[in-house]
Amino acid sequence: MKEDRVKSILFAGVGGQGIIRASDILCEVMMEAGYDVKKSEVHGMAQRGGCVTSHVRYGRKVYSPLAEPGTVETLVSFEKMEALRYLKDLSPNASIILNTEQINPPAVNTGDADYPLDIIEYLKMHYPQVMAIEALLLAQRAGNLKAANVVLLGALSSLMDIPHAIWESVIRKSFPQKLVKLNLEAFQMGIPA
Amino acid sequence: MKKELMSGNEAIARGVYEAGVRFAAAYPGTPSTEIMEQFARYDGVYAEWAPNEKVAVEVAIGAALGGAKALAVMKHVGVNVAADPIFTVSYTGIEGALVIISADDPSMHSSQNEQDNRNYAKFAKIPMLEPSDPQEAKEYVKLAFAISEQFDTPVFLRTTTRVSHSKSVVTLSEPRVPEDKTALAHHAAKYVMVPINARIRRVEVEKRQKALQKFAETFPENKMEINDPAVGIITAGMPYNYAKDVFPDYSYLKLGMVYPLPVKMIRHFASRVKKIYVIEELDPYLEEQIRALGIEVTGKEIFPYTNEFDPGIIRSAIHADKPAAASTYPETLAQRPPNLCPGCPHRGLFYALKKSKAYVHGDIGCYTLSYLKPLEGLHSCICMGASIGMAHGMSKALKEKGKGKVVGVIGDSTFLHSGITPLMNMAYNNSDALIIILDNSTTAMTGMQEHPGTGYTLMGKEAKKVNLNILISALGIENIRVIDPNNVKEARSAIKDELASSGPSVIIAQSPCVLFKRANQKSKPPLKVDPDACEGCRSCLELNCPPIAWKKGVTKKGSKRKGIAVIDETLCNGCGLCAQVCRFGAIS
Repeated sequence: MKEDRVKSILFAGVGGQGIIRASDILCEVMMEAGYDVKKSEVHGMAQRGGCVTSHVRYGRKVYSPLAEPGTVETLVSFEKMEALRYLKDLSPNASIILNTEQINPPAVNTGDADYPLDIIEYLKMHYPQVMAIEALLLAQRAGNLKAANVVLLGALSSLMDIPHAIWESVIRKSFPQKLVKLNLEAFQMGIPA
Repeated sequence: MKKELMSGNEAIARGVYEAGVRFAAAYPGTPSTEIMEQFARYDGVYAEWAPNEKVAVEVAIGAALGGAKALAVMKHVGVNVAADPIFTVSYTGIEGALVIISADDPSMHSSQNEQDNRNYAKFAKIPMLEPSDPQEAKEYVKLAFAISEQFDTPVFLRTTTRVSHSKSVVTLSEPRVPEDKTALAHHAAKYVMVPINARIRRVEVEKRQKALQKFAETFPENKMEINDPAVGIITAGMPYNYAKDVFPDYSYLKLGMVYPLPVKMIRHFASRVKKIYVIEELDPYLEEQIRALGIEVTGKEIFPYTNEFDPGIIRSAIHADKPAAASTYPETLAQRPPNLCPGCPHRGLFYALKKSKAYVHGDIGCYTLSYLKPLEGLHSCICMGASIGMAHGMSKALKEKGKGKVVGVIGDSTFLHSGITPLMNMAYNNSDALIIILDNSTTAMTGMQEHPGTGYTLMGKEAKKVNLNILISALGIENIRVIDPNNVKEARSAIKDELASSGPSVIIAQSPCVLFKRANQKSKPPLKVDPDACEGCRSCLELNCPPIAWKKGVTKKGSKRKGIAVIDETLCNGCGLCAQVCRFGAIS
């Protein structure tokens, strides 16, 4: 273990994008790497098209499973506009991993609200590191759209100092045998060349 | 020992199993549901879904009177339903052991209120433990069983959504080998609560209170951490973690047992620190009791009464001078309210019901989501089972003014939970309201739990299945219709007829939940909008079906349309409801 200080990662997106699964994998990885880890999300209504967030916090000893607003070091946004919803949680120096997928909220679908424009530009202007990733496209290349969450984990791994072997062993344990190869490939695709 | 990442609910189930407990009853309810689902997976256990929380507690009491160690699990509002037996089993005590889990929901993530069930402990004179994370959840439920056995009392374990649904590293222990202490032991004077016996037991409760009070003083989970003596924080449960996160250097009194309170320990802590904050979500429950000891504390004058806390709320309450974190993004973002799933059978029913312009009393379940625009399907919703009594009462009070205009809607699981009695009342006292049972063959909202109408038990065994038709008819209801809610025309005409008929009527709208795997529903091809035929009338958008969107500016010669509807093929499940409401035959 290299750091005592507790760090916070926030996953955000829309119900059905595999956010909970991704944050579970991250927690297992951090546990394997010897950290104390806690995570928190809200179940229930979230699976019905609502916003989903998951806080993951790790360090020598973690108390709160929720990060204090303004202190999150890394945001992984599974949907483009969802990143904007949680800016108050981020530290001014936060790194942002952004899936460029757009899922319209109902009010946008019915023409009663607009989907924000220039999200990536806005984030790049205000935060030091923004990685925009076409996770769906990469997951499709790996063989299944549903692996977009693991593509994003690959991207996240490039910002963390965790041995690749740990990621690989946890991914192997997290999926049924026939999906392991696909997900390992998806993970690799998320890591910037 | 082995370490595992576990949610609070998984850890509770594990703790119950480790304690050698093999008997549990519950009714599902967020955030408690997973406790039973996990517990039922352990070898050699008996776990059942009862039709409601009152029955679950009574089942557990029966087991405990037979010498078993028994668990009852429910969400906070479920304790209201179960309050009747709970208040009196506090007098009788038990033979084996009895633990009741109350999973509270500060912030009302998935509830109609955020009542603070610590008050029940004080009210019913039942000891209560409150863990702050999954590891403690596992240990405390074991301690709860030990206290129950030692003091001949039911014990509450209170969790909150944040404890139940957060995950952390839990160290497993070797499960205790269960001892079979079940037996028929007759102690009628202890268990027959007629006044002559109850008066004697009432005194026993106060004796037990004193003994528990003493026990609390040395209970190792009431922990004092003296660090900086300038500030002392008294807290319990999840808020302890939030406070430790932002103020690691202050002194703490963390209470693992929130009823009864360790009075001497609190006084001792107060004598060792200068300024005391009481940090607790919801009610000033600890604060009032500590103030009553004559100890000066700061509490609800700076901390919110409402909603769950987070570390930021605690920091900004104590350091009011520092601004709270804010977003830099200037625009308001469109919300993502929860919605009925694509293909949900409730959608067609509520579309048809809206056309009737009736006043609709709602109930607790997925269909509560029909309240949102544009379906706007409900005009009231109070608690489990309330829709029927309320519809009856309104219909009676309004007499002719309400004729043909009052409806109650209730799901199958909710109907069996607490809808039967009010429906019997409606037949008995004869009102004109119409009750619609939204029978999707499962308890959908909490994630497909079995109930007495599904034909299966929690343990996966086939079971007797309630026949709704016969049941409702036996209650005295004569007008009963079974319809398919996916057929809008049929639903509209049934609603129209039954609203017009006098006396109580029931429509059973029968169609399985689209996510319900056992129903084996065949997937249908997604629908398409013919862009030439669409007149842009927006009727289909009134269904609020997730795949249907509006595409602005697609005009057509000879038509006034300003855009067209489009269907996202990846989301559409092919239910065909939109094709039924399209007047131009543009969807197929």
